[in-house]
Amino acid sequence: MIEVDHITKYYGQTPAVQDVSFRVEKGEILGFLGPNGAGKTTTMRMITGFLPPSEGTARVAGYDVFEDSMEVRKRIGYLPEHPPLYDDMTVASYLTFVSKIKGVDSKERKSAVDSAAERCGLGDMRDTIIAKLSKGYRQRVGLAQALVHDPDVLILDEPTIGLDPRQIIEVRELIKSLAGDHTVVLSTHILSEASMTCERVVIINKGKIVAMDTPKNLTARLMGADRIYVQVQGPAEAVTAKLREVPNVADVVPEPGGNGARGFFVESKEKHDIRAELASAIVGSGFGLLEMKPVGMSLEEIFLQLTEEEGN
Amino acid sequence: MGNFGAILQRELKSYLVSPIAYVVGAVFLLVSGFFFRNMVMQFNMYCMTYIQQAQRYGGQLPQLNLNEIVVNGFFGLMSFISLFIVPLLTMRLIAEEKKSGTIELLMTSPISNVQMILGKFVSCFLLYTIIVGLSGFFMLLLEIYGSPDWGPIFSAYVGILLMGGAFVAVGVFASSLTENQIVAAVLSFAALLIFWVIGWSANFAGPTMGKVLTYLSLIEHIGDFQKGIVDSKDVIFYLSFMFFSLFLTLTVMESRRWRK
Repeated sequence: MIEVDHITKYYGQTPAVQDVSFRVEKGEILGFLGPNGAGKTTTMRMITGFLPPSEGTARVAGYDVFEDSMEVRKRIGYLPEHPPLYDDMTVASYLTFVSKIKGVDSKERKSAVDSAAERCGLGDMRDTIIAKLSKGYRQRVGLAQALVHDPDVLILDEPTIGLDPRQIIEVRELIKSLAGDHTVVLSTHILSEASMTCERVVIINKGKIVAMDTPKNLTARLMGADRIYVQVQGPAEAVTAKLREVPNVADVVPEPGGNGARGFFVESKEKHDIRAELASAIVGSGFGLLEMKPVGMSLEEIFLQLTEEEGN
Repeated sequence: MGNFGAILQRELKSYLVSPIAYVVGAVFLLVSGFFFRNMVMQFNMYCMTYIQQAQRYGGQLPQLNLNEIVVNGFFGLMSFISLFIVPLLTMRLIAEEKKSGTIELLMTSPISNVQMILGKFVSCFLLYTIIVGLSGFFMLLLEIYGSPDWGPIFSAYVGILLMGGAFVAVGVFASSLTENQIVAAVLSFAALLIFWVIGWSANFAGPTMGKVLTYLSLIEHIGDFQKGIVDSKDVIFYLSFMFFSLFLTLTVMESRRWRK
């Protein structure tokens, strides 16, 4: 549905986005993840045709965003970084205006506005002046605006920013419910959000793609060394020494503090399951084994690792 | 057409809920009313003086023309006030969309730049027409207490609306250049002021250049309308002034597409 082909954007001499390529299939939710200033907004603006790419092309539903801009515009709903709201209008009149310029048929306009307002939880706010809305509601009006013409493709730039925790869950549910019929690209800098809502994640840093996979695969792929957490009763140094003797152990890091029972992070060499040997070594040495669990890398850690690698 | 209508309707509503249209309209009426009163008093004084002279020294009472003294003066004044109020009406048209980010909505919606610019231009022009139209009240007063010639009054209205249209088009262009409304207002005011007095520099230019400069002057083409003459060359001048300014606006809006 969306094909981004080697796009690059320069602001003056500085590249904001460099050689970014990815594809989004129909009905998929793709998360665009990166720290602030990574080039997420710039990339999304290029997909919507708001900004022309310096190099490369992007296509939406087979139409070039630059050559066939009008065809692309008919098919996308876009929530920019700052919701594009007219403060002097009421929610209903604003949504009606948007449905007009998005080309919704005049007969279907009312139901389109009603359903978009309903889906975004704006039922009670229809006649409120937008200037009087709180940040969370403004964000929801922005979302309703992107949905009002029921577009094939939704480009959402940080859709949950400014919302309270309950609203965040509602919006995530809403976005998930859109999958299948709609193709969604959303950006966020909150990693848990990407792992919860997206089927695939693109991690971008300093204008370049550093990783692209499902959240699950990303976690799996980046666990180079399996880490196991053990809690052992016994003198720290003796336990550390003993753990190091276990075959295929790469490193042992004691958890700071704690008397008697202490935690240790044991890293194994690649793809070796050392849990059985570890357990027997601890018990065999007369220490008390209180707890043992594998520790996966959280998306946060992966993210930090990837972005740091890029930095170095 | 639908998109043009949508933009036009939204802009008009936006004008009607914002205080600026009312403040500008009220100030326009206040200032023009003040001048109108003084012009009528002046006319009255001329009449008294001539009547006294005729009584004292005898002889024919000269023909005093209400149109020449009050109507022409009043329309000259209205075009001068327009110079100040139009930039205030146009400044927000595009600059505000840029500032608030709503331009992203417009530029990613299936509406063309032409539809957007025309919608904005026409909405502001209609508002200008309404504000100038309010001065018709003063003309009615003249009709009640005097006997003005309505032909030149109508043609003067045609002239001032054509000139106002040119002003609005320049204002739309200035508004497309910046996201700061004050900058937009200052730019359009400066541009209008220069085109207002550009004929002055014709005195110091060569014969050909002088003709060109005189032709470009916005004020040069309004005089005939006030005399009751609707000359096609003046109409064409103002229409092409509008067209050219709006074309420049379109170029500015389109330029984002080739600014790689």
